[in-house]
Amino acid sequence: MSARAGNHKGPLLEVRDLHAGVGEVEILKGLNLTVNLGEVHAVMGPNGSGKSTLANVLAGKPEYKVTAGEVIYEGSNLLKLTPDKRALNGIFLAFQYPVELPGVREREFMKTALDAIREHRGLEKLSVREFNKLFQEKIAQMEMSPDLVKRSVNEGFSGGEKKRNEILQMVVLEPKLALLDETDSGLDIDALKVVANGVNKFRGPSRAIVIVTHYQRILDYITPDFVHVLIDGRIVRSGGHELALELEAKGYEWIKEAIESGEQVSV
Amino acid sequence: MPHALATPDSYLTDFRTFETSLPDEGPDWIREVRQQALARFRELGFPTARRGNEKWKYTNVRPIADATFSYPFDAGAEVNLADIRSVAPWDDGWATVVFVNGRYSPALSTVVALDGVRVTNLEEAVRADGDVIERHLARHATFEDDGFTALNTAFLRDGAFVHVSEGESLQSPLHLIFVTAEGAEPGVSYPRTLIVAGARSELTVIESYVSLSSSRYLTDAVTEIVIGDGAQVDHYKLLLESEGAFHVATSRVYQSEDSVFTSTSYARGAAIARNDIRVLLDAPGSSCTLNGLYLTSGSQHIDNYINIEHAKPHGTSRLFYKGILDGESKAVFGGTVLVQPGADKTDAYQEDKNLLLSEKAEVASKPSLEIYADDVKCGHGATAGTIAEDAIFYMRSRGLDVETATAFLIEGFASGILDKVRVQPLRAFLEKLTAKALRGSRFGQAS
Ligand SMILES: Nc1ncnc2c1ncn2[C@@H]1O[C@H](COP(=O)(O)OP(=O)(O)OP(=O)(O)O)[C@@H](O)[C@H]1O
Ligand SMILES: [Mg+2]
Repeated sequence: MSARAGNHKGPLLEVRDLHAGVGEVEILKGLNLTVNLGEVHAVMGPNGSGKSTLANVLAGKPEYKVTAGEVIYEGSNLLKLTPDKRALNGIFLAFQYPVELPGVREREFMKTALDAIREHRGLEKLSVREFNKLFQEKIAQMEMSPDLVKRSVNEGFSGGEKKRNEILQMVVLEPKLALLDETDSGLDIDALKVVANGVNKFRGPSRAIVIVTHYQRILDYITPDFVHVLIDGRIVRSGGHELALELEAKGYEWIKEAIESGEQVSV
Repeated sequence: MPHALATPDSYLTDFRTFETSLPDEGPDWIREVRQQALARFRELGFPTARRGNEKWKYTNVRPIADATFSYPFDAGAEVNLADIRSVAPWDDGWATVVFVNGRYSPALSTVVALDGVRVTNLEEAVRADGDVIERHLARHATFEDDGFTALNTAFLRDGAFVHVSEGESLQSPLHLIFVTAEGAEPGVSYPRTLIVAGARSELTVIESYVSLSSSRYLTDAVTEIVIGDGAQVDHYKLLLESEGAFHVATSRVYQSEDSVFTSTSYARGAAIARNDIRVLLDAPGSSCTLNGLYLTSGSQHIDNYINIEHAKPHGTSRLFYKGILDGESKAVFGGTVLVQPGADKTDAYQEDKNLLLSEKAEVASKPSLEIYADDVKCGHGATAGTIAEDAIFYMRSRGLDVETATAFLIEGFASGILDKVRVQPLRAFLEKLTAKALRGSRFGQAS
């Protein structure tokens, strides 16, 4: 995949009939999803349906094995790239459970990551001074305490602080495709607004966002272009924002029943 | 002797040569101490790792016992400061005392001329500072039950003597450098250090064991530190011997009322390394903190044997050691927090954490507690783990390659100890050294 793959026409991401799992267990069972630049997609679904698995497979987590199907990103096979190459090419995963990195300072971590990404994009590295200024601005934008990022990455952070930190990393690294796995879970109302503002500011024609969520509430702040329902490893229904409202009101049973009664649901 | 290996005759021959080389002046007691120590060494010999010998259970010193080391250990070529600065931390603000292959080097050492502070070669101190020396030298590091200490004491001559008088403080660190230069034959040196901190005095001492040699040699070192009432001693020990070297060190620390002892041990190098540290908190209200970081690779073996003895009430001790093990190296962590009867209200914690970079690296970590007092707060823990795969994936998902991510994590692990180094230039030196050592190790196994 070249650094200038942005010139490519067609969808940013195409997931076709994706089957993936861990060990012998199949978790994704023929999943289809197409994401274009400029779009915001929401993925909703019951616990254990495979939402995080989808996000992890796209980010390249080694323990997940793809057994069938394909993932095309910017016109090329994404699955053959290592996780770090995917990140360099613009994929970013905000983790459902961000990992603690004892002894690793956020500033050095982000500087190193941004250096690598900029180098891959053919841009000059930022000087320490330039980076610090940028980092400072983003910390302020995320309304985070500067003391927080002086600590080891995520270590001893509260649940909400970790989620906010994921979005901080996103706005610093400026990916093309951001996968937000339940970033809204565990956030208080003010934090939710800050995170939503961060995402909205980030939103634009040269980016795409996939938000995995259980709650329609965040979609009041970040209006999605599409809402998908993921059940048992497949996207079984897609619609607009109104689908999220319907799910909030009715739960997932009615969709499951519709599938069982043989209704044609593929998209 | 149940736990002894035969003592090679060479040490007896060496001792005769050594004795005749000594100048005639000097007190009789030191002569007697040397002779008693030699006699004791002949009885004790080198310890074996045989069952029942808990002190040496996991460390086999047969390679040391079987080898012959020449003494005196003459440096082949003249050593200059530039050589030393290439292997040891350096700061122009530090007073430096240098020993080459165990012998004091006045030419390479700084003269410390400060009120209330005495820094000199032990040989000179034995003549001139009789009273303090006789009271402390070989009194804390007893040789009754330890062959290596007995051997060092038998050959007692050069070494560092540091005495800070009551209420005085040394503003900048004092650096004691024990450098081994390549000799004609594999040799042995017997570094000796005595530090006496008067009541309410303060000082920072760095003890560095460095090498300009790539061959096999033995360093048998003994350090005694005596800390007066309310005094504060910040002590650093750097073990940076050559990869083929043997380093066996015994440190004995004696703490008086309300004294504070902080120790940081950094170990990298030596084929077999042993740090035997014993801290005796012999008066109420004293406290000690022992930090340590050891990095091993290849077939290195390191043994940290640390005993903290709370003899009086209201003492506090903390021990935080970390090891990073690569290759087929092995680390041993042993020792005990001993709380004597009457040492009530003792607060003690010790912890040894290890990061294994290779499947063949091994750790035997056995911290233990022996408590004979009431109302104490004591805890300990030991861990051995590998690089966290989740953390590697998290970092890769931000664009870091496996090597960089691994380096971040390992250095992050080490920073838990290095961040506690209070002497800034020393911390910078150790951080650089650590990064360099880790870059040399076999990364990339994580993917
Ligand atoms: N590494 C793994 N090893 C074993 N099973 C796994 C692993 N990852 C996921 N699974 C299983 O796959 C299924 C889907 O998990 P996944 O985390 O993708 O669900 P999810 O939709 O994100 O759920 P939630 O809403 O609770 O976050 C679950 O049954 C889960 O237990
Ligand atoms: Mg999930």
